[in-house]
Amino acid sequence: MTNIDLIASLKKIVKPYIQNEVAFENLTEETDFINDLKINSANLVDVVLDVEDEFDIEIDNESMEKMLNVKAAIEIISTKLNSK
Amino acid sequence: MAENILVRMTIKEIITHLPYQEPFLFVDELHEVSEKGVKGSYTFKEDAYFYKGHFKHNPITPGVILTETMAKIGVVCLGIYLLKEHIEASGFPKIALTSNTVDFYLPVYPNERVTVVSEKEYFRFNKLKCKVQLYNEKEELMCRGTIAGVIMF
Repeated sequence: MTNIDLIASLKKIVKPYIQNEVAFENLTEETDFINDLKINSANLVDVVLDVEDEFDIEIDNESMEKMLNVKAAIEIISTKLNSK
Repeated sequence: MAENILVRMTIKEIITHLPYQEPFLFVDELHEVSEKGVKGSYTFKEDAYFYKGHFKHNPITPGVILTETMAKIGVVCLGIYLLKEHIEASGFPKIALTSNTVDFYLPVYPNERVTVVSEKEYFRFNKLKCKVQLYNEKEELMCRGTIAGVIMF
């Protein structure tokens, strides 16, 4: 799966939880979930659970703490997918 | 199966860790608790402060109070149980309600005893999300919904 595909999937996952439409429309690898998209920390848990379902992977506490922006999320998802 | 004595927790202990008191307690007793869910009850006393205003000369338990009761028994009590290995002796958990969606079916009047039944959807990264139902003494469904909160010691 390419990064473009991953970003597209991730965009679909975060959509229900975002509060900043403009930042969402202009989402890039640099986009931060909390500071840019204004996702609250409780909903960040839902994003992670949806990522687990979508990609059939398990996100541990350590990865969860790092998953604060699109770039980190893509790296974590790619690493987990490659080690399957 | 050998059970670790340190992680065993009684229903009474759960209640001692609740960081609330009257007039905002909304938990009288718990009947069952497990990793999967919890069941508990509360009686709305007729002299509760909110009946003076909701409604004028027509006391009915406010929906927010029913939601609060469902959250206290269904999410907070269950959360304390699920975190039993992390509890300090006399500590209270830090709690934040993060979302709720509740549908209401029947009015709850003063002096009614209600039973809350909660089923865990997930408990991950300190967020506990539950499906919660509230019944009256005739076992009629008064309201139900999904409530989530963050809880930690």
